[in-house]
Amino acid sequence: MLLIHCPYCNETLPELEYAYAGEAHIARPANPSEVSDEEWAEFLFMRSNVKGIHYERWRHLHGCGRFFNAVRDTVSDKFLTTYEAGAPRPDLDTLVNTPAEGGK
Amino acid sequence: MSQYRVSGKGRVDLSKKINFTFEGKSYTGGQGDTVASALLSHGVHLMGRSFKYHRPRGAVAAGSEEPNALIGTRRGPGRFEPNTRATVQDIYEGLQTNAQNKYPSLKFDVGAVNDAAYMLFSAGFYYKTFMWPRSFWDKVYEPFIRAAAGLGVSPTEEDPDHYASRNLHIDVLVVGAGPTGIAAAKAASAEGLSVVIVDENREIGGTLLSEPQAVIDGIPAWAWIEQELAALKAQGVKVMTRTTAIGYYNDNLVGLVQKLTDHLPSLPADTPRERMWRVRAGQVVLAQGALEKPLVFHGNDRPGVMLAGSAQTFLNRYGVLVGKRPVVLTAHDSAWYAAFDLADAGAKVQAIVDVRDGVSEALIAGARDRNIPVRLSYTATATKGRLRVKSLRVNRMQGGTVGAAEEISCDAVLMSGGWTPSLHLFSHTKGKLAWDDDRTTFLPEMTPEDCVIAGASRGLWGIEAALNDGAEKGRAVAAALGKAGNAVSYTVAEDRTGSGVSMKELPTDLSPGKAKAFVDYQNDVTAKDLRLAVREGMRSIEHVKRYTTNGMATDQGKMSNINGLNIASDALGRKQPQVGLTTFRPPYTPTSFGAFAGYHRGSHFEVTRKTQIDAWAEENGAVFEPVSQWRRAWYFPKGGESMDDAVRRECATTRKSLGIFDASTLGKIEVVGPDAVEFMNRMYTNPWTKLGVGKCRYGLLCGDDGFIRDDGVIGRLGQDKFHVTTTTGGAARVLNMMEDYLQTEWPDLNVWLTSTTEEWSTIALNGPNAAKLLQPFTDVTLTEENFPHMSCVECEVAGMPARLFRVSFTGEIGFEVNVPAPMGRQLWETLWEAGQQYGITAYGTETMHVLRAEKGYIIVGQDTDGTVTPYDAGMGWAVGKAKPDFVGKRGLARPDLVAEGRKQLVGLVTEDGSKLEEGAQIVFDASQPIPMKMVGHVTSSYDVGTTDQPIALALVEGGHSRMGETVFIPMPDRTISAKITGTIFVDPDNAKLKIPASAENKGVAA
Repeated sequence: MLLIHCPYCNETLPELEYAYAGEAHIARPANPSEVSDEEWAEFLFMRSNVKGIHYERWRHLHGCGRFFNAVRDTVSDKFLTTYEAGAPRPDLDTLVNTPAEGGK
Repeated sequence: MSQYRVSGKGRVDLSKKINFTFEGKSYTGGQGDTVASALLSHGVHLMGRSFKYHRPRGAVAAGSEEPNALIGTRRGPGRFEPNTRATVQDIYEGLQTNAQNKYPSLKFDVGAVNDAAYMLFSAGFYYKTFMWPRSFWDKVYEPFIRAAAGLGVSPTEEDPDHYASRNLHIDVLVVGAGPTGIAAAKAASAEGLSVVIVDENREIGGTLLSEPQAVIDGIPAWAWIEQELAALKAQGVKVMTRTTAIGYYNDNLVGLVQKLTDHLPSLPADTPRERMWRVRAGQVVLAQGALEKPLVFHGNDRPGVMLAGSAQTFLNRYGVLVGKRPVVLTAHDSAWYAAFDLADAGAKVQAIVDVRDGVSEALIAGARDRNIPVRLSYTATATKGRLRVKSLRVNRMQGGTVGAAEEISCDAVLMSGGWTPSLHLFSHTKGKLAWDDDRTTFLPEMTPEDCVIAGASRGLWGIEAALNDGAEKGRAVAAALGKAGNAVSYTVAEDRTGSGVSMKELPTDLSPGKAKAFVDYQNDVTAKDLRLAVREGMRSIEHVKRYTTNGMATDQGKMSNINGLNIASDALGRKQPQVGLTTFRPPYTPTSFGAFAGYHRGSHFEVTRKTQIDAWAEENGAVFEPVSQWRRAWYFPKGGESMDDAVRRECATTRKSLGIFDASTLGKIEVVGPDAVEFMNRMYTNPWTKLGVGKCRYGLLCGDDGFIRDDGVIGRLGQDKFHVTTTTGGAARVLNMMEDYLQTEWPDLNVWLTSTTEEWSTIALNGPNAAKLLQPFTDVTLTEENFPHMSCVECEVAGMPARLFRVSFTGEIGFEVNVPAPMGRQLWETLWEAGQQYGITAYGTETMHVLRAEKGYIIVGQDTDGTVTPYDAGMGWAVGKAKPDFVGKRGLARPDLVAEGRKQLVGLVTEDGSKLEEGAQIVFDASQPIPMKMVGHVTSSYDVGTTDQPIALALVEGGHSRMGETVFIPMPDRTISAKITGTIFVDPDNAKLKIPASAENKGVAA
């Protein structure tokens, strides 16, 4: 069972308290009616499904209830970091070269 | 004293006899005996039959890795367990045990014909043999496989024991309490660190229990164990025996199963049989030791052939000689010491046969001192004996050729193919392994977890090396936790260090094609099978494993993996790392379902949610059905009524007069805040801006793909306050979806969402007399004019604060009264009593389903399936097309969703008046060849309602433009034709929804 750091509660807690919520940084178009079918299909269905560093969303469902973002290595199942929703993608170079915060 | 028990040896207390039975025969043993050691003390080696060939088998090991000696244990009703390893089950007074896979008896087994027919049962035989002819499957192959398959017999009674679960958070967990683990725990248990050490055995000590000759810092091994155990406890270390670390999971979570009662003669009250510990440790030290490998040669499975190290354990720990005339066959120095120990205990060791051409002078001298004949550079090619080994056939090897055979008479063969580090838990961590060519084994390299591996499990040999490595690693984990740890170092006298070589199957002069040289005892896999798999194209060890089932039995290849890999890599002509190692997965040893289930059994398996009115329903004879986690009243049979009769009565009474229904399970979400209406506009398909306070509206919720997700009536209780209802099963999902959009897409909106499902008891009143019943209990004037259909108000009902909704899910005049949850039953009883004058009926979910279907009201999840749009469901009227955006608006414009020929919701009426089956497929042309083109399916179907014919709802391709057309529903026995109709079968003009003008309908204060 993973340990996950909630950036809002600032606590590291068991995975049981959380719910996975799909890939992160996929913004809903501001004006959906104006996007093409292809762009809409891209937003709705296409996900990166990476082997390695993955930006993803979690919800602290049985805690504060907030959605937040995480960077997790899908191979090692280790969190590199977690951060608040709306914050920019963290810099990968810095993350990979510093020890994990997210999972600990 | 029994025949094979050695006086003065072992740790078994023989002062009090313990009686147990095996195969119906009584045996005795002492305190500390396992079933295996006690049977061996009576000279009983035959303990079971093998899985595939039904060959006679005995214990080959002395611990939890045992593949052969699987027994069923019983202690009274329900307490039967199959596949227990005889080598780990303690005996206790009255224990009953039996062998497995035997028919009709252990000594004479007709299934052993499989052994003679072994050519049929080679690798992949299931795939090859049972392919043809097809008709043989049902009558021949499957019954045969089902009869032959399976280890042991499943228990048939419910398990009367209970099982516990615990969480434990500690600094250091040490797995394995041999010399390495003890030293590690001692070194780490400093400066307040919380340390736990666990071992699967009944006592700590590990290999020291089998090597009493060792002297540690001047103290004999067994005395040292006592001293260290006391010292560890004094330092606050928690020592847990009979506790197996079954799995290593993410972020240093280790699962432990502690066995508490399986060794006790009488079961203490209130003690669980097993306890599952979920340990979250800061640091973990793995000290699981090493496991001895068998040698692979023809007949290496005969009872009496066992691992040399295990024979040493049976002697030194249990005081049992496994044979009086054993022969030792080895590729490793360690077996020489086993030979010496047995000889010193009075056995006449027939010979030490070593495959190597040279060993140390000290070993040769040791054999000479004991008059043991030594044969170096020999191979073993066969054994003889039916139910017990009688002789070992050995051949001199010279320059790569196998010379003449000679037979050595014996009553046991003690073999050693060297040792494999136990990497199971390390492997669970996704740790990387590195191949060590010198030792012909995998060694641990690195792990992503906060974990170190020490002692024999990382390839070290000898007690002194293990102790000092344990101490070093113990200090290392203390340092990782910011503490210094205890500095300790050890010197060991009489330490038995040594080395060996790793073998594939032993060379032979007999036909290798006929050899039964077993690699995996439990699954009956031979060296020949592995080579055949390679010849037939398997290249990766993962494929070889699955094709042959090598290492796939309950012992997970503890003995067979490396031997199997050596043979496969030899057959492939490639190095072992190129062939690969199979992955170990939890659990380390077979684990009971009870341990995993813990408290979650019976009524505690899952939460049962009950409404405040549930108890009334139960008292009034309701039959219940589960709806998600809720238990809901399904129908209320009266005086032996059938379900159909009860539902007919409930439906008719509600349509004619009055029905009362517990709708408390409906999901409820309070949406409040200055931007509440904007939020509702964006979430739901409907427009909300113009909905007045005190009005409600049926709302449809779509996903951004345009498909219906949920629905429910939503009341506007204020400019900034909505009372949203959802489906019973959808409440949590809808709230999560709302939170997702609110938090991540529209964080600018000032809105608060609160789940209020359990805050309110909701009672639905439906029927022509609903307003008449309710009027005396409220100030609100319940007229068409003052409180029309789709109104809502916060008021008082029967003196209780209430949210009153005028809504209908039946087509009758309807109210939903929400009162604070604890008041629900009081209101229900008040209304029930007052309703007697109208012949009120309580109705359940079935009647609710029928009445709504008659009106064409959909149930999301029954009439929709995640691919249905509001337009498909005939509810385009609920879509606010003028709104700039809502969840699903763009999705509804996708090309596929506006295309012709979508499945659309329609009504169906059968031509012969029969009731359709829900889920039945629909075709346009019943005379087309099979497979027919299916164009939809029946979603709802009822024949117990108030219509004069059975009705159905269905999704049919292009259904909305096919009104009046006939479709066909092919069933196994006939084809039913049905006419497509609209979805409303009762009161299409909604006349019954209106409250007739009447003087009675006046509020008390009006």
